[in-house]
Amino acid sequence: MANLTFIIFCPLVAAGVIALLPRTFNVLFRLLALGATGLSLLGALRVFLALEPGAAGLQFEQQVPWIPALGISYHVGVDGLNAGLLLMGALVAFAAVCVSREITARQQVYYVLLLLMTGGILGAFVAFDLFLFYVFHELALVPTFLLIGLWGRGEERTFASFQITLYLSLGALVALAGLIALYVQAGAGTFNLPELTRHLAAQPLPVRVQTWVFGLLLFGFGVLVALWPFHTWAPAGYAAAPTAAAMLHAGVIKKFGLYGLIRVALPLLPEGAEAWVTLLAWLALGNILYCGLVAMRQRDLHRLIGNSSVAHMGFAFLGIASLSVVGVTGAVVVMVAHGLLAALSFAVSGYLHQHLRTVNLDQLGGLLRAMPFLGGVMVMAMFAGCGLPGFANFPGEALTLFGAWPNHRLVVILAAWGALVVAAVYMLRAVRALWHGPLPERWGEAQDARGAWVRLPYALLLGALVVFGCAPRLLTDPLRPVVVRLLAPPAGADATAAGLAGGATAPGRLAGLPAAGAGKVGR
Amino acid sequence: MNDLATIGLELAVVLTGLGVLLADLWLAPARRPRLALVTALALGAILVASFWVPAEPARTAFAGLYVADGLALFFKRFFLLAALLVTALAWEFRDGFEAGHAEYHALSCFALAGMMFAASARHFALLFVAVELVTVTFYVLVSFQRRRETALEAGVKYLILGALASAFLVFGMALVQAGAGTLAFTALAERIETFTGNPLVVAGLLLVGVGLGFKIAVVPFQIWVPDVYQGSPLPTTAFLAAGSKATGVVLLLRVLHEAAPALTARAGLLLAALAVATMFYGALGALPQRSLRRLMGYSSIANAGFLLVGFATRDAAGVEAVLVYLAGYLFAVLLVFLVATLVWRGAGGDDLETLGGLGQQAPGLAAALTLGAASLAGVPPLAGFLGKFLLLRAALRAGGGDPVLYLLAGLTLVAAVIALYYYFGLVRAVYWGDTAGVTAPVPVGGPGRLALLACSAGVVGLGLVPGPVLAWARAAAHGLGL
Repeated sequence: MANLTFIIFCPLVAAGVIALLPRTFNVLFRLLALGATGLSLLGALRVFLALEPGAAGLQFEQQVPWIPALGISYHVGVDGLNAGLLLMGALVAFAAVCVSREITARQQVYYVLLLLMTGGILGAFVAFDLFLFYVFHELALVPTFLLIGLWGRGEERTFASFQITLYLSLGALVALAGLIALYVQAGAGTFNLPELTRHLAAQPLPVRVQTWVFGLLLFGFGVLVALWPFHTWAPAGYAAAPTAAAMLHAGVIKKFGLYGLIRVALPLLPEGAEAWVTLLAWLALGNILYCGLVAMRQRDLHRLIGNSSVAHMGFAFLGIASLSVVGVTGAVVVMVAHGLLAALSFAVSGYLHQHLRTVNLDQLGGLLRAMPFLGGVMVMAMFAGCGLPGFANFPGEALTLFGAWPNHRLVVILAAWGALVVAAVYMLRAVRALWHGPLPERWGEAQDARGAWVRLPYALLLGALVVFGCAPRLLTDPLRPVVVRLLAPPAGADATAAGLAGGATAPGRLAGLPAAGAGKVGR
Repeated sequence: MNDLATIGLELAVVLTGLGVLLADLWLAPARRPRLALVTALALGAILVASFWVPAEPARTAFAGLYVADGLALFFKRFFLLAALLVTALAWEFRDGFEAGHAEYHALSCFALAGMMFAASARHFALLFVAVELVTVTFYVLVSFQRRRETALEAGVKYLILGALASAFLVFGMALVQAGAGTLAFTALAERIETFTGNPLVVAGLLLVGVGLGFKIAVVPFQIWVPDVYQGSPLPTTAFLAAGSKATGVVLLLRVLHEAAPALTARAGLLLAALAVATMFYGALGALPQRSLRRLMGYSSIANAGFLLVGFATRDAAGVEAVLVYLAGYLFAVLLVFLVATLVWRGAGGDDLETLGGLGQQAPGLAAALTLGAASLAGVPPLAGFLGKFLLLRAALRAGGGDPVLYLLAGLTLVAAVIALYYYFGLVRAVYWGDTAGVTAPVPVGGPGRLALLACSAGVVGLGLVPGPVLAWARAAAHGLGL
């Protein structure tokens, strides 16, 4: 089961099977979807646990030529960088299928799309061929259009579905142009990432070329991650999306752009990155501060969470802009943590919308009395969002700030303020408006999530958030050697030098990494 | 005799057409619609036979007028497949024709023969004859539903503008003959270097380009497209979109790379400008359309613009991209027209909003239409994406030598996003449009089902397993001497 192809194709095959079944087998659709994502989750968990942190190169690697004429192959693998993301993606996908109980219309199409999206997401995170990487991402992106349009919420869902699709397609196409430019300029005739890395390590591109290709990738991927000021699609899109789509999109698909920057742009275009990081750091501050302030003004819970999710992306960008091992490690931890957090928040807000028909903060209040379980979950999620220690977001955000400090001091000072004060203000105000105070009479009958099956997705997401928060080394230990290798100077690209480079840079660059102990602790 | 063996495929198609016409004499009127199935079987057999025709070495016939090389063979298979699927479409459309089933299929076969001859033309005389064979048969096919006013309007428009384009073509050929003293492509190519400064020859070739631009629907010769697409019977529209456009493409490839390579080398800016104008005219024009056929008309213009990107790079990668793009376009466009035919049959309407109930009443057809629209929009892993990917790759690769192509690649991306809007608008109409349009399940006959399957398999298969088509495209580009 610990086979990456199995993990990716479980949901895709299930989607095909559901599409071929008669239209009325609603229970079976749901069971198949649960089973397929459950199997993927188990597989991802086994891959995560079986990962050898220090090993050079890829693990669970599989490579099959796909279009040899163009140098394209089906190449998947994991290392410390994407094992955590794969697990997070599979977990969110499983939770998203769990909360899809609310869907009653056209279940067949719904589950087909949801499973296609899941397969695309999981594939994108383990693909080591740039073409495959892009194809899987689009496979995940396009179903959102129909999911929002058909099962979305609110009057503006048609507009939102078009906005999110066109905006993200533009971003994806710009990124595609960047990837093709990289392929053409490298002249190696391959889209295979390890081969490209080796080729470019031996013959780096001229700085001028690196700079413009990095720019294409930065803005292409940036749009996909809602880099300020290209973030306007996100809150509106998430407010209109059905719960599961919002969870998968905000939680997982959005991380694809960040992953692309870390996996492709930073190691292949190191000198191009230098030219852009200052701008990127300030744009990241735009995410953190501007979107945080916008979130403070929201009265609609979906939009508040949407804006806060955009704001959190700022930390990941800041970590990338630091170009340091600590910062990039932090960015990956933020990606995992935020994926879980965003999914959890949207799951709860979706539940509220489903049962109360509104998520306007002015009309709600005192719900903790009616819904103690969900209230508790949501309050904890909001604490996690403020960066409270004990949740996975804290180590991530702290690491990005530590990592960025040497190069971007002013940005870090302002970002810390944004993280601690602004986030706390909107999160705590939302907690008060939603859960505390008198319970309006009409919500007296509100139902809490009852039964183990209903509570399972919330418990899983929250549990993962706490586990990674209390033991961040589960993520950072496997991450560190990979990040060191990705950021190492070109000479260190081959396997033997990776360890040396890690050793040489560790004292200086890893000073702020709390989990970077001398010896590796066995699990 | 040898010459006749070389043109065996074309002869078989012509004989099929004649056979259908003769069979009409002995068949009872009620049974005549079944000639569609006979035609389809014959075309299928010829298509299969075409795989036994060797591409290497290239063979010529009629003193070099006609050539059977990789490029010709690629396009012959393309046209045969297009005609086969269009015949299946015409079978589903049969209630739309009052009479003249045999004539319709015979004319389709003759148009197909013209297209196949065009794919092999290496002389302006054969080029002209082939183009006229295609155009003249289409005059009839376009206005086949002669009691419908829109069909007559479309027929007249196509007739007048088509005749004008042919006049340009002939005039251009006359100028080339007057200036260069030859109409054979290879002979012209040998001498073209000395004629690049000769305004007579240059003007002649430009006028030939006008005639071919009309077929491909390149701005500013695109004006007929939306009206004719809207007025014609659906099978004709589909054949125009797939076959007629590809005829222009293969002829333009031959003229640019075989007849006038020295001039083509300098035409980069012209081709790039035409590409941008065409793709934006088509993409922006399609935005407000409410009629499916007009939408597909503008989309056909936009796709002509995308194809020109491959021409503008003027290298083997560009030609390969054009061929693969066309192959994907064939399946996707026929998929859309197949669903449209099944939904509306012979009825005149084609309002997008009336597609609303399709998602509920006929989920299979809705999925097929979505697949076609998604492929046209360039969604991976479908065929349309591979085509756009190759075009972009060709432009970015050639951009090193000619920075205009970087700009062209950027504008192509913008046009592709605009195109996404209307293709997804089609998907929106299917799934959450007005549900009053389709209120009962849509019956699909056997041939229609097969054609749907074939097109869907083409759209998906070409995206997932593009190896063979890429190899053919490469061989074809190689045949052009690139």
